[in-house]
Amino acid sequence: MAEVNREAEGYVDLRPPVMGPGQNFNSIAKKIGDIVLMRGFKKGWVFGFMIAFLGSVMMFNTIAYLVLKGVGIWGNQIPVGWAFDIINFVWWIGIGHAGTLISAILLLLRQGWRNSINRFAEAMTLFAVACAGLFPLFHTGRPWMAYYLFPLPNTMSMWPQFRSPLMWDVFAVSTYLTVSALFWFMGLVPDFATMRDTAKKKWQRVVLGMLAMGWRGDARHWHRYETAYLLLAGLSTPLVLSVHTIVSFDFSTGIVPGWHATIFPPYFVAGAVYAGFAMVLTLAIPVRKFYGLEDFITMRHIRNCCKVMLATGLIVAYGYLMEAFFAWYSGNTFEQFMMKNRMFGPYGMIYWLLILCNVLVPSLLWWKKMRDNLFVIFIISMFINVGMWLERFVIIVMSLNRDFTPSAWRMYYPTIFDFTMFFGTVGFFLTMMFLFIRFVPMIPIFEMKSLLPEAKVDERKVKELEREEGRGPIGSSPLPQYGD
Amino acid sequence: MSHRDHHHDIAPIREKIRKGIDKRREFWRSLEELADTEKFREFLHREFPAVNPSEADPSWLDPTGRRNFLKLMSASLAFAGLTACTNQPKETIVPYVKTPEGLVPGKPQFYATAMPLGGVASGLLVESHEGRPTKIEGNPDHPGSLGGTTVYEQASVLTLYDPDRSQTMLYLGDPRTWGEFLNSFSQDLEDQRKKQGAGLRILTETSTSPSFADQMNKVKAAFPQAKWHTYEPASRNGARLGAQMAFGQPVNTVYQFDKANCVLSLDADFLTSGPGSVRYARDFISRRRLTGGSNEMNRLYVAESTLTATGAKADHRLPIRAGEVEAFALAVASAVGATGLPSANLTGDAAKFAEVVAKDLKANNGKSIVIAGEHQSASVHAIAHAINAALGAPGATLYYTDPLEIDPVDQIASITELVNDLNAKKVELLVIIGANPVYNAPIFSGGQIFLDAMKNAPKRVHMGLFNDETAVNCQWHVSETHFLEAWSDARAYDGSFSIIQPLIQPLYNSKSPHELLAAMLDQGGKSSYDIVRDYWRPQPQFGANFDQNWKQSLHDGVVANSAPPPKTVALKGDLAAAIKPATPGKYELVFRLDPSVYDGRFANNAWLQELPKPINKIAWDNFAIISLKTANELGLASETEPQRANAKMIRLSNEGLTPLDMPAWVQPGHPDNSVTVYLGYGRQRAGAVGDGHGFNTYSIRTVNTPFIAGNVQLEKVEGEYQLAGQQEHFNIDASGIGVEAFIPESDDLTGRHIVRTATLEEYKKDPQVLHHGAHKPGEDVTMYPEWEYDGYAWAMSIDMNACVGCNACVVACQSENNTAVVGKEQVIKGRIMHWLRIDTYFRGGTDNPQVFFQPMMCQHCEKAPCEVVCPVNAAVHDAEGLNLQVYNRCVGTRYCANNCPWKVRRFNYLLFGDWDTPSLKLARNPEVTVRSRGVMEKCTFCLQRIMGAKIASENQNRTVQDGEIQTACQSACPTEAIVFGDIGQKSNPKGQAPQTRVAKLKAEPRDYAALGELNTRPRLTYLAAIQNPNPELGGDHSKSGEKHG
Amino acid sequence: MTTQEELIREEALTTAEGGGNYGLMAEFDSPSAVVAAARRIYGEGYRRINAYSPFPIEELSHAIGFHRDYVALCTLICGVLGALGGFMLQYWTGGIDYPLNVGGRPLMSLPSFIPITFECTVLLAAFGAFLGNLLMNRLPQPYHPTFNVPSFARASQDRFFLCVKSDDPMYNRTKTRAFLESLGAIEVSNVEK
Repeated sequence: MAEVNREAEGYVDLRPPVMGPGQNFNSIAKKIGDIVLMRGFKKGWVFGFMIAFLGSVMMFNTIAYLVLKGVGIWGNQIPVGWAFDIINFVWWIGIGHAGTLISAILLLLRQGWRNSINRFAEAMTLFAVACAGLFPLFHTGRPWMAYYLFPLPNTMSMWPQFRSPLMWDVFAVSTYLTVSALFWFMGLVPDFATMRDTAKKKWQRVVLGMLAMGWRGDARHWHRYETAYLLLAGLSTPLVLSVHTIVSFDFSTGIVPGWHATIFPPYFVAGAVYAGFAMVLTLAIPVRKFYGLEDFITMRHIRNCCKVMLATGLIVAYGYLMEAFFAWYSGNTFEQFMMKNRMFGPYGMIYWLLILCNVLVPSLLWWKKMRDNLFVIFIISMFINVGMWLERFVIIVMSLNRDFTPSAWRMYYPTIFDFTMFFGTVGFFLTMMFLFIRFVPMIPIFEMKSLLPEAKVDERKVKELEREEGRGPIGSSPLPQYGD
Repeated sequence: MSHRDHHHDIAPIREKIRKGIDKRREFWRSLEELADTEKFREFLHREFPAVNPSEADPSWLDPTGRRNFLKLMSASLAFAGLTACTNQPKETIVPYVKTPEGLVPGKPQFYATAMPLGGVASGLLVESHEGRPTKIEGNPDHPGSLGGTTVYEQASVLTLYDPDRSQTMLYLGDPRTWGEFLNSFSQDLEDQRKKQGAGLRILTETSTSPSFADQMNKVKAAFPQAKWHTYEPASRNGARLGAQMAFGQPVNTVYQFDKANCVLSLDADFLTSGPGSVRYARDFISRRRLTGGSNEMNRLYVAESTLTATGAKADHRLPIRAGEVEAFALAVASAVGATGLPSANLTGDAAKFAEVVAKDLKANNGKSIVIAGEHQSASVHAIAHAINAALGAPGATLYYTDPLEIDPVDQIASITELVNDLNAKKVELLVIIGANPVYNAPIFSGGQIFLDAMKNAPKRVHMGLFNDETAVNCQWHVSETHFLEAWSDARAYDGSFSIIQPLIQPLYNSKSPHELLAAMLDQGGKSSYDIVRDYWRPQPQFGANFDQNWKQSLHDGVVANSAPPPKTVALKGDLAAAIKPATPGKYELVFRLDPSVYDGRFANNAWLQELPKPINKIAWDNFAIISLKTANELGLASETEPQRANAKMIRLSNEGLTPLDMPAWVQPGHPDNSVTVYLGYGRQRAGAVGDGHGFNTYSIRTVNTPFIAGNVQLEKVEGEYQLAGQQEHFNIDASGIGVEAFIPESDDLTGRHIVRTATLEEYKKDPQVLHHGAHKPGEDVTMYPEWEYDGYAWAMSIDMNACVGCNACVVACQSENNTAVVGKEQVIKGRIMHWLRIDTYFRGGTDNPQVFFQPMMCQHCEKAPCEVVCPVNAAVHDAEGLNLQVYNRCVGTRYCANNCPWKVRRFNYLLFGDWDTPSLKLARNPEVTVRSRGVMEKCTFCLQRIMGAKIASENQNRTVQDGEIQTACQSACPTEAIVFGDIGQKSNPKGQAPQTRVAKLKAEPRDYAALGELNTRPRLTYLAAIQNPNPELGGDHSKSGEKHG
Repeated sequence: MTTQEELIREEALTTAEGGGNYGLMAEFDSPSAVVAAARRIYGEGYRRINAYSPFPIEELSHAIGFHRDYVALCTLICGVLGALGGFMLQYWTGGIDYPLNVGGRPLMSLPSFIPITFECTVLLAAFGAFLGNLLMNRLPQPYHPTFNVPSFARASQDRFFLCVKSDDPMYNRTKTRAFLESLGAIEVSNVEK
């Protein structure tokens, strides 16, 4: 890794460390592996999991009722054909983006600090995208016909209509999910091997053995592995950008005032990263505390996340500004009214709430004091999560409910099922996260090891050793046992 | 008595029948099951002990018992299938008597008939599929229709198949046969015959049927002492008594608006309500077409209380309290020099208005019409006659004939007399035919309701379509036939006769009023066919060759030149004595027939219930309409988001009767200190659809104030009520209605150029004035290559100058395309399924705004925004430029609806269609798919009709002729505002002038596309609305509007 | 070394001869050590050698003479296939197999076809990288002789291994073992087949 080389060249990193002091190969593996291999469950985990699980139960019930009765159980109507369903879809997709960004883009940018949080973030991506995927499927009037959306030969010999941004979504989201999964699994293989070799129980060894696919740390394998991993990162980067761009096309290729804007792609992508990092912090801060991982997820990680949020937050704010400007500058009745309606219309309050959550509150992060205060950061990231949801409400509902034809204007009111569906997916997401941190090494062991000083190859030492002759074998120290 | 001795307890069964629950499951095995009595449940438990785990039955616990249980269940499941064999669907009991000649299965046939409403017939052509009438069209040969219809005729076919219709004779609620009825009835008649029928009273609604009159006279002859009373809420008393007052005899006035340059309406909604309104609308609009280079327009002045469709079409409208119309009329009268009238005391704007109107009327001497509203007082009608006389209208623009009614009486007096006789215990046998007085009679002196009086008659017989409020209070109920089920006859607005021929055998054991009267004449067996035919055989109208003329008139739907000749009547010299000026109080209350459910008789018709009323666009309810000023005085202006139409409650008190609390609706253009309420709601026994909607305004309607209560008390009461508005009412740029929500400014709406309008003067100067400010992209302005439409290219043109907002097209569309009814809750949610809606836009101040109607449906864009976003090719274009929706392919993403700028797509959010009720299946158009849950739908330009015409033309190796295809909305339209046809090269060869009507209209300077700047190339374009204001009243209507009121 | 231990070792070697020996495995305790040793062995002329480490060490694979792999090429090929397939799918279905007038747009709506073409490219390329990596590494591979070495479990923990395979032309049980031991290995052990 570059970090390695730079420090080998005597480069001294004055920034706070990416790993706490006093760790070695075994202590890392033990610390991280134990969470997975330990016997029984922590009380706190069980409690949290139960709550989250109830949430996902709620989601499945809502879905069952939805399929039974029809989307009419939601508040959607004409003119507001899309509401919570698509809002949640975009929101979840957005959250997913931080994961890929951290693991892929930061990898390409050789940001060593990413290593401790990347797997965590990737898992978040997977589950977020899974939640997102539910909505395009179940928001349709006839979910059982959803296979019409795939290019399958059929008796009607009809094909999908590839000019529709919804088709682009289908391809983008499924590709995104697949690639993220590959990327995530690939990173896990060596760690599965590590744990396979230290697990005490047979069944653990068997399961982990299968997952590790017989990985044995072969130097040639490592070589190919590194190439492939880098390539996946390289592919994920444009992919992640394309996904939210395409999601934004759902709106910007539409004709509706408030949708039909060229600024959407960049502004949606930035928004996605913004929301994603907020969610990373929302999850990482408590988990880090709960499992005492301060040595691996250090303040430096958290501060960097804050800075990324500041940057993307600015882009988003710029987006809001531009929307208003375009509306005014276009001189177009419909655009101008759309903006007026956003600010002073029946939903005006929500617009200003959005500005509060996404622009005003996060500005606190300009102060270093705030960037050091975990509690403040946690609250702020909460605000951003809410704010990004509101942003989608503003864009989707508030544009539809008063567009071209005044006679068709109508207010949108959500029903109880809109909320059970949304909070249900939140529960589902958390359920998956709880399972993940309990049953999968949430921090990449081998990458952490490679960050240790003793992991670096010291060329001078190598030269000496090459010159030395005829040393007999030296005794071996016992391998520490894990999982007690 | 024999009927009492059978062992069931009838009450629960009756209860269930009443509730109409069993309409959903047509068949039952036993009355016990139907009643679902305790006894029956016990029986069930005996049969299937294991079914009910609640009872501690050991067999439930031990495995064999459980196995038995499963066996039983599986058996019962298997048998459940068998019921399909036993349940005979009703279709099979609707046979052809004999297969009509030339019937090709699958090919609809049309039969001419007529529908009487308020006694007056409008001619119809009824589409029949294998013997079941499915669609009503107007009869072009009928003087009252000329092809147009009203909502009531369009919706009548649904009433025919209404599952809640009375299906059999009832005695005290028990099913009985016609024979059983005749037995008991004839006994009662015998008793009466002995005493010359002194104790016999017959109550009917208004009728114009000569054969019915003939029978009635025979009845009178048989029972000299018997009395015949007539009452229905739409009594048209004012007109009748007004004529009496003016001419000393009742006459029927026939107006000829096509001959009038200048029209004054005294609170008359002649364009959309009352007999002949369809014909009147056609004639009136024929003078406002402005097509083919014409620049001539008539001018309409309206002085009215409630804002009606007629007021909306007015060039000048004066909002005035109904009680003051008389004073206004007098002012006009004196100004035009009508003599023998009391002097007018009118001041302010109204006076100026009257003066200007009078001047204009005089200027058009012999070319003007003054028409008074049906609910207006006799005096106003008399004055109107006087003014018309002074203007030389009689013989020029209107003429008088003998009255149409078979007994032109004062109906209020008539029913009052009946009530007095009842109270005096003079009535022994009361026969009510078709009427529902228990619900809709006025309140009599001393606050007595009709029911209390009626109970004084020991024997009561009711005949009606429904087992309604009156039926349940009579011992005998006789199920009446629908007009599509029985022979009869009736007269059109101008007096010409129509034979009403049935299209179908009675669905149930129903009898026609003719047969009931026949029974009273000891002709129990005689069919209405024979009765009607026998009456007409000797009549002069049919001449010598009866059979042929009979066939001919059946075919035509009207008896050839049977219209009565004009009648010359002399105006009485001095009317002043007769006319007593009313003394209005602070607030007045006006009762109007409901634009949807009429007087309540259509309350169980779902199509009409869900029809947004003109102007205020509210369905499923009635409400108290007041002006903004009055509302603010009373603190009633709604402050919540108006699209939810959360209305404040208002308390109406009249003549010390129990006050009625109703939701108040603020209506721009309504006169101050006046309240309008619609009749026809608050039904108790209308049926599953109609029960419990709205408020029964008959409860505060007295014999003294049948239409206008001059002095009522209003107060605000606590509570709110949610009305089902189809249109946010602040999309009206004018309404200053106080709402929390932000109200768009006028620029926000006028800048859209969806509605384009100008005055005639402006238009004459430069037709392009209509389109100023609107951006119209040129033909070549597009990024997409042109698609060549070398065959037909279907298109439509809608003349907003002609549309009177009568809603007939909306119901026609619903009937033709099997559109689902969603119910009040879903309408509130915004899921109304109408493919076609009448958008209403207002302009000008709230006190007297200008109103525009814009029929809005799929615009069939050539560059359709909806199609591009459909992921599954469910929305695609066909080779003739139609925008198609493929239901089978639709997965329901709703993206297309979001992307439709006109928001005309409709989505089946739930299973809205009724898939179960057998009788409703008969009402469906077999050529149109019944949509299921989860698919998008929208206007198809009546694709099925296009295909029908194309097939027909191809069989004859010719192209489709212009006008051969009429969409449902087009054929229903009274004013021919909608024109459909081909703008393609087949009918309009390149390089030549446009040939088809629609192509010509699209070449008109008034032609424009709503939201044309989006460049989606709509195939549906509009013709802008033009007013013809009088410069003396300030030219621009909207400005003058501010001044009045 | 006691005689007993020597006997045991002889025993082991002879059985190894017969039972087929995969090679010799030397264990080291630091990345530097293993890299140094690897270079020595490679310098000696050994070619059929292999190294194992708990985390990737660039120098190590180079030291044993492994400089380039073909994962990238595989990825590229798959990516190109994805692009072509994605585009053809859209044009063939909408433009050739079942052409429809959709909103008056041309059958060949190139701009609208770009997003899906791109997504297909990425998808197939990603599979190329992932599967290419697995297949070339001959994974999954549940059994491998190296797992027979008891201490090899630490190859995924904190130790580094060098293995000289018995089919190396220069392989000689005793000489090679002696050589390996001379490189400062913690321990040298046989690898059973």
